[in-house]
Parts: sequence; structure tokens; C-alpha cells
Amino acid sequence: MQYALEISHLEKVYKGGFHALKGIDLKVEQGDFFALLGPNGAGKSTAIGIITSLVNKTKGQVKVFGHDIDNELEQAKTYLGLVPQEFNFNQFESLLTILINQAGYYGVNRKIALERAEKQLKQLELWDKRNDSARMLSGGMKRRLMIARALMHNPQVLILDEPTAGVDIELRRAMWDFLRELNQQGITIILTTHYLEEAEMLCRNIAIIDNGIIVENTNMKSLLATLDVETIMLDVKADAPNAELKEFVVRDIDNHTLEVDIRKGQTLNQVFSQLTEQGIEVLSMRNKSNRLEELFVRLVNKGSNASSNVETAGAI
Amino acid sequence: MQSAVNRIALKSILHKEVHRFTRIWVQTLVPPAITISLYFVIFGSLIGSRIGEMGGIDYMSFIVPGLIMMSVITNSYSNVASSFFSAKWQRNVEEMLVAPVPNWVIVAGYVGGGMIRGMLVGLIVTIVSLLFVDLQIHNLWVIIATVCLTSAVFALGGLINAIFANSFDDISIIPTFILTPLTYLGGVFYSISLLPEFWQGVSQVNPIVYMVNAFRYGFLGISDVSLTAAFLVLLTFVLVLYTIAMTLISKGIGLRS
Repeated sequence: MQYALEISHLEKVYKGGFHALKGIDLKVEQGDFFALLGPNGAGKSTAIGIITSLVNKTKGQVKVFGHDIDNELEQAKTYLGLVPQEFNFNQFESLLTILINQAGYYGVNRKIALERAEKQLKQLELWDKRNDSARMLSGGMKRRLMIARALMHNPQVLILDEPTAGVDIELRRAMWDFLRELNQQGITIILTTHYLEEAEMLCRNIAIIDNGIIVENTNMKSLLATLDVETIMLDVKADAPNAELKEFVVRDIDNHTLEVDIRKGQTLNQVFSQLTEQGIEVLSMRNKSNRLEELFVRLVNKGSNASSNVETAGAI
Repeated sequence: MQSAVNRIALKSILHKEVHRFTRIWVQTLVPPAITISLYFVIFGSLIGSRIGEMGGIDYMSFIVPGLIMMSVITNSYSNVASSFFSAKWQRNVEEMLVAPVPNWVIVAGYVGGGMIRGMLVGLIVTIVSLLFVDLQIHNLWVIIATVCLTSAVFALGGLINAIFANSFDDISIIPTFILTPLTYLGGVFYSISLLPEFWQGVSQVNPIVYMVNAFRYGFLGISDVSLTAAFLVLLTFVLVLYTIAMTLISKGIGLRS
């Protein structure tokens, strides 16, 4: 099995003593679409920073396609393309200049760089803006520019740190399609995002990091299968005071909304037949939250409780 | 293979740097020409005519090499200091840090950009000076070697300043409080042989004295210091500052957390 990325025992302690990563292990297969999730401050950006050599690690090992960043940093870097969370291009340069310079840093000559820049800018619908200064772009355009820039040297691994933050839904969906296409072309994608729906839709494998440790690392299907309860919201036509459903937990949210917990093995048909018997008509139905979101919250809460228990035990 | 990659990367950084200062040429290339013209008018024509000769040369011709060198020093330094700090501040320095660009290429690219601006401004000032004096050339190779090494020293200095800088104020402190006094006391406007013995001794520790005098020798054939000492000082500074710059970038000081 060829791994695009192998991380072992990775630790980072910042000046001032903040322990951002506490020995994480991670493997990302070649061609994977991998989600690295976690709450704010969990250590995702630190891990990405170390992989891309923007952050110095304290301990541990990182290999990109077998190249250790301690001994073969330059080879390792050639495989990686980074779309960082913050805009980090020269705001005063034109889009073309930004892309051609970036390609040049990877040894791509100007002629080829121009061809690639045209291709990327056209694909990402920025070609008309190619001679504009980057500061004139909208937020969504700036995000797309960073994706174009990361692709200029044809990387094997694309790391996207919250690429759709602040992007409207229409553009976000277009970006999802674009990323799916890249993945189908064989590019390994590592994605961090706060939109869990995005991770659920796009990614095959997932790691959840919390408080500097990996609390879950599995494939998306297996993880979603562990969800034993799903909560659905039902909008009902008439008042449904004290609606009771045998073997289900039901909550009245307001006069027209019911919240029902459905455990593994239970079916929606059971819910609907009981409601029909009680003369309650259902107008619409939706999930209370995204499935991955449910699991994420549980895992992160579990992680927080575990770490606070450890701290308490330490104090004793 | 790697050398071809490095060559293209170096060319890209140099191209970016030259494009940066030529794009804002009104801010970068015109002011030195105006400032130096004023120096020529005030110190050369108005005051210089009353001073007469210095070291057997008329005062206007005497100050020309020093004024050219002063603009080379200031521009080489400020170009790299402001460009590299801006790249840090806007975080676009990360474009290079994530790429397989060896540290020496980053140093060479920025220093090269600073040297090109320093020498271009030096050339502009030289052309302006031709309006005021008949410039003679005593030794072209000494002129070229001195201007290259001096611009390299100050470009490296600007880079180190930018690496440590945390705000735009930090990149103006050294030029204001160190470079300017050293330049004015570096024999641009006078021969250090005119100073009392004690101050002549003190001047010997000012590296700009060596640069200005070596440069003046190239034009006029006169110098207050030996050429060997001047080139030794220049080469030592280049080597020491290059080593410091490389070490800082390799350790990621001011660049990586």
C-alpha cells in the first residue's frame, strides 16, 4: 500500500508551553479523499503547518510519498499543494503573476506556467480577472485563486485548510464538483472543514482531532454506521399535543413541530403509521442535524471529558 | 535536474523583486535622483565652491563617489528590508516556504533583487552627477567590485533586519539610527585624514569608510584606506552576513512557528 502521507508520534509544543499536538499518528492512502476534522484549536492547522513545513515540529516523523521531511524535505515538498486557511498571496500582484511565480518556485518554466495558469484560471472561472490585482477579487474568487495556485505544479497531494469558509452555497457546490474531479484524476486530497456536510459528502476516510489527539480515524461509512440514534424533525399540520409514539422518544418543540429519536433497527414507517393512527398529518420531515455532525459532537465531547478526567486525575 | 529547478526558482524570485520596485518606480527610482541632485546643488555647487579642493580634487568631484555609494547602500538595504518584511506581513513568503526552494535560493533571490535596485539607483545617480561634473574613471574593476560587494552587504543586512522585524517600524529603526549616521560619518563629504587622530582611529571601525574610499579610488585614484583592507572588510561582511541570514532562514526564525 502506497501512502501519500504517514505521520507518526507527531508532537508540537509552541513557545509558551501550549501542547498543540500530543503525538498523533495518521496514514493517508494515495488517491484518498481524506477529512481531518476537529474543533477550533484542536491542532488541525498545526498538523498541516508541519506537513507543509510552515511550522517546526517538536517530535515525530512525517513522510510524504515515503520522503521524510527531516531528510528529504525538498522532494517531499514537490508532492504537496497547499490551500491555506488565510489568504496568503501578494494582494498587489495580478492573478497571472501570482500563479506564474508560484510555478517558478517549483521549477516550472514560464511558458508551461502560462499554459497551466490559463487552464486553471479558466476552470475556476477567473480568466477574465487574470490581469487584475488580487486585492480587487471577492472572497470567493480569492479562495479559487488559492486553489489555482496550489495546482500550478501538478501536486500529487492537495491539502485544503477550510477552502470553502465564507463561500456562498452555490460556489461551494461548484468547488465540491471541482475537488471531486481532481480526486478522480488521482490527486490525494486532505480536507479540513467546519462544514461537516461537506466532509460527509466528499470524503472516504476521516480523522477527528481534538485537543491535540486523534479521537477517531476510520472510513466515513464505518463511522456513520456507528450512529445509533438519529433525530428527525416533523412539521405537522394541526396541533399535536402530547403525541405519543410507542418505543420512540418524542419531544414537542412547538405546536407544529415534533422531534423524534430513531434508534438503529427502528423504521420511519413505524413512526408514520402511529402518527396516522392518531390523525396527525405530517407536512415535511428533515434531519435535526447532519449525521456526521452528531458523531463529531459526541466524539469531541467524549474527548474533552476524557482529557478533563485525565487532568483531574493528575491533580489528585 | 535540481539545479534547473533552482535556476528557475531563483529567476522567479529575482523577476518578482525587480518587477516590484519597477512597478512603483516613482517611489523607488525617482526620489534618490532628486535627493542626490539637491546634494550636488547644495554641497557641491553652493558650499563646495567655497571649500575648494579636497585631497587635491575639486570638492564636487570628491563627493560624487560617496554620494553614489550612499544611494547604493540605502536602496539595497531598504529594498530587501521592505520587500521581505511585506512578504512576511502579507504571508506570501509562505509561497516560497512550502515550495522546494532551497534556502540559499531565497537568500540569493532577495539579495539579488536588492543589489539590482541598489546598482540601478547608483547608475541613475551617476548619470545625474554627469550634469554637474566630468566624471573620470581610474579603475573600472575596482568600481564594479566595490559596488557589487557593498550592495550585497547591505542587501543581506536588510534581509536580516526583515527576518527579525515584527512591524514596519522595525525596518526603519536601523536605517535611521545606524545606517544614516554611519554613512554621513563614512567619509562621503570629507577625507578622514582631515579628522583629529583619535577620530581617524574611530573611523577605521566604520565599515562604510572602506566602501566609500574603495569606490572613490575607482573613480579618482585616491583613498584614505588601503584597497586590500577595504576588500577584506567587504568580503568578511558578505560572508558573515550570508551565514547569519542562512542560519536564520534554516531555523525559521521569524518565519516558522
